[in-house]
Amino acid sequence: MSTTTHDTVAAHDDHHHGAPKGIMRWLLTTNHKDIGSMYLWFSFIMFLTGGAMAMVIRAELFQPGLQLVEPNFFNQMTTVHGLIMVFGAVMPAFTGLANWLIPMMIGAPDMALPRMNNWSFWILPFAFAMLIGSLFMEGGGPNFGWTFYAPLSTTYSPDTTGLFVFSVHIMGISSIMGAINVIVTIVNMRAPGMTWMKLPLFVWTWLITAFLLIAVMPVLAGAVTMVLTDKYFGTSFFDAAGGGDPVMFQHIFWFFGHPEVYIMILPSFGIISAIIPAFSRKRLFGYASMVYATASIAILSFLVWAHHMFTTGMPVFAELFFMYCTMLIAVPTGVKVFNWVATMWRGSMTFETPMLFALAFIILFTIGGFSGLMLAITPADFQYHDTYFVVAHFHYVLVTGAVFSIMAAAYYWLPKWTGHMYSETLGRWHFWCSVISVNVLFFPMHFLGLAGMPRRIPDYAIQFADINQIVSIGGFAFGLSQLIFLAVVIKCIRGGEKAADKPWEGAEGLEWTIASPAPYHSFTTPPEVK
Amino acid sequence: MTTQPKSNRKLLTMLILGAVGMFGFGFALVPLYDVLCDALGINGKPQGTASTYEAVIVDESRTVTVEFIAHVQSGMSWEFIPTVNRIEVHPGQLTHAKFYAKNLSSKDTVGQAIPSVSPGQGAAYFNKTECFCFNQQPLAASASAELPLIFYVDPDLPESINTLTLSYTLYDITAKVGGGLKQGAAK
Repeated sequence: MSTTTHDTVAAHDDHHHGAPKGIMRWLLTTNHKDIGSMYLWFSFIMFLTGGAMAMVIRAELFQPGLQLVEPNFFNQMTTVHGLIMVFGAVMPAFTGLANWLIPMMIGAPDMALPRMNNWSFWILPFAFAMLIGSLFMEGGGPNFGWTFYAPLSTTYSPDTTGLFVFSVHIMGISSIMGAINVIVTIVNMRAPGMTWMKLPLFVWTWLITAFLLIAVMPVLAGAVTMVLTDKYFGTSFFDAAGGGDPVMFQHIFWFFGHPEVYIMILPSFGIISAIIPAFSRKRLFGYASMVYATASIAILSFLVWAHHMFTTGMPVFAELFFMYCTMLIAVPTGVKVFNWVATMWRGSMTFETPMLFALAFIILFTIGGFSGLMLAITPADFQYHDTYFVVAHFHYVLVTGAVFSIMAAAYYWLPKWTGHMYSETLGRWHFWCSVISVNVLFFPMHFLGLAGMPRRIPDYAIQFADINQIVSIGGFAFGLSQLIFLAVVIKCIRGGEKAADKPWEGAEGLEWTIASPAPYHSFTTPPEVK
Repeated sequence: MTTQPKSNRKLLTMLILGAVGMFGFGFALVPLYDVLCDALGINGKPQGTASTYEAVIVDESRTVTVEFIAHVQSGMSWEFIPTVNRIEVHPGQLTHAKFYAKNLSSKDTVGQAIPSVSPGQGAAYFNKTECFCFNQQPLAASASAELPLIFYVDPDLPESINTLTLSYTLYDITAKVGGGLKQGAAK
């Protein structure tokens, strides 16, 4: 590196001492903390937007029959709810956490590619503006389910499908850029002495997640491109009349879709692996096995995609292969759960809000894991396929799994981000309201599914009425409970008890060695890790 | 990007190439899918070209039921039915069957029938020496046609399979043919 580069970098830093003011600060920022905050706020706004759509769904399903919305609009709600929650809420929240935390955890001054970081955030609002905007256009928005199976998304889709395709392209480009940034940062910018097996698990899990993103987001981009050309340019990738095959769509989609599931849960494992030891005041049990388990889950995730497609008429051999591979994933996942439990064993535990969410994560995510094992059993899946049992399963792993871990992370690191302690009373209110309502919301869905209620349908047989009413009440309560979280965060930003540099007695990691709130530029000289 | 340290740029290039490569891999899955289905004889996709009948020994001791089903793509106003719903055949025996198609609309239409065999593992043993599905079927408004099919079941058909169901779905490809038939990358 030449000396001139050094000089320009130094001048650049001087110029930006403190943050520039106004809207331009946020538009032009390359600071990992600013970008992290924008990601987190964006994700929360999307969480509320997607949540509002879920409220429409639950209001319609409150009673049998059609009362509030047209079936076509109902389909748009289920589709866009799914797309927003996956690509707009969960994934950007993890990217936001990665931006805030990875540089502070590995002792780096910023992300490795700060300008690309700015781009990867700022293209996201446009993607979602396009997606949500299509709902208001003639013919309506996407109504074919977030999985956009052909021919629903090709032959039978609304005219706005092109907008859906381009918005998914943009989301994909954003995620890929974010993933590249994470990998380059972790590989090249670790502080001296921060060896691979000293990395905090959140950093490890994100590194593996980033590789998954680079491997599968382009495949998703390919799938939507094929949908685009099939619909508008006369190709026949998925059209049997032209020699294509609609079942092939499902193979390509789930080749992306199953690793995507782990993209949305591996960073959670990292978060939980930070919080459980902190509030148990013990070191994490089995650090190395956690790293290997994460890597095994990532590799296995490429070998299980067809368990989403057992009913498409696969040969028995393939069904058995995918069934056993799927069940194999329970082994590394079990290693993780047992490690967390072993960490708590004889620890001096306290139950602040982050710990409450982390504990709820372990129990409820495990329930979601077990229903996943039930779904993996091929003959059983023929009954569960496309019922509310599946809906219950993936909401247990994504809401009480991924979302709860994001909440836990927010409470755990809020003092570091804002310099203030959040209100513990309000935090506990948020936790208890959420954990009770979320179970009222999702647990009875298992029964609905076992009794045969199909998913994605705006009406249902009369015998499902009572349970659907309970589910809807749980849904409304869970939705409202999240407003408490908004209040906690705003209150914490505006003021509160001054947070110590290390507000949690048992917390470990470089991020607790810098001041609270974390200064705009941290670790400009790398720390020495022993 | 010029101010990036060398190691960053190298890693960045590799990762971008990886992402571009995976985009290509997504499309490579299309021919790969066809090749795998062909090689493993799965997916119930019978062969798309005529096979030749070479005096196969007829296995008189065994009887296989062959059922015919015909569907018409929704929105296409054709009548399309098999003239016989089921035939009992001996493996190796050359058999004739007919389908009947009538264009009920007032427009000239081109149809394309896509076959599928169930159970999927039986597809590889179902040989057609002549089939209307090898060609497009143009029918003038209100015209009708008898569509021939000549086939034999391979005597190597696994013992576990006693019934083969041949299902045709008829698609309206008039628009595609009109604009020059695009086969798509799938073929």
